[in-house]
Amino acid sequence: MACFLVPTTEAIVTTVVEKVVKTRESKDAVTHNENSESVCPKVKLSEKIGWLNKMLWGGSALLAFEHIWHGEVIPVFPFLTAVQNGETADMLAEMGTAGVGMAVLVTLIWAGMVAASNVIEKRDDKSTKKEEA
Amino acid sequence: MTLLVTVFAAIICTLLWYMKAPDRSLQLGTLCLMFWGASIMWLVDAVVEYSEIGAEFFMQDSADMLNDLYLGLSVVALGLIIWLVILLIKDPKGIVRSALIKNN
Repeated sequence: MACFLVPTTEAIVTTVVEKVVKTRESKDAVTHNENSESVCPKVKLSEKIGWLNKMLWGGSALLAFEHIWHGEVIPVFPFLTAVQNGETADMLAEMGTAGVGMAVLVTLIWAGMVAASNVIEKRDDKSTKKEEA
Repeated sequence: MTLLVTVFAAIICTLLWYMKAPDRSLQLGTLCLMFWGASIMWLVDAVVEYSEIGAEFFMQDSADMLNDLYLGLSVVALGLIIWLVILLIKDPKGIVRSALIKNN
């Protein structure tokens, strides 16, 4: 019905967060340019948030296409056939189950990716320090 | 069927990304994440539908399966078009930019 709207909303929020983090990182890079030389290059937080953005925006766009295909999204107001047919309560219930489930699962998988990336970075850091010692 | 087609597209893209790494000029990572995001979302959709109708979920008639296959292929085509547009706009190798400058 309109489950893709939940991950789309999350994508809007995470896009804003990514922009804010990117701005802070560029400011930090200017102030700490010479002082903060890490042992090995790390993936920036903004780039990690970018992974989540790409999954959410890409998934939502393709899911929106599926809804157009099935006639659940229409090009005229109110844009959703469920609202037009008076099935708003059903639509909201579906958004609460499938939509929230989608957003949560994508976010959990992204959190796993970030955790794995952090572990790999720490291992790299340790092995480089050992080699240097 | 749509879920299966998207998952296969995601797997193929991930293999291509792995083979091309660390070269990021083709922006294959974006395509991978897009297909994986859609696959996860359709997986949740499938689980919710399965919890509602049970084993009937796997017993689709051939017309529905064909329609789903057609939808899955269209979804992959749309994903590839979005990726191509992103690639041409970001233009990491500067090919579009240099072609435009030459023409001017």
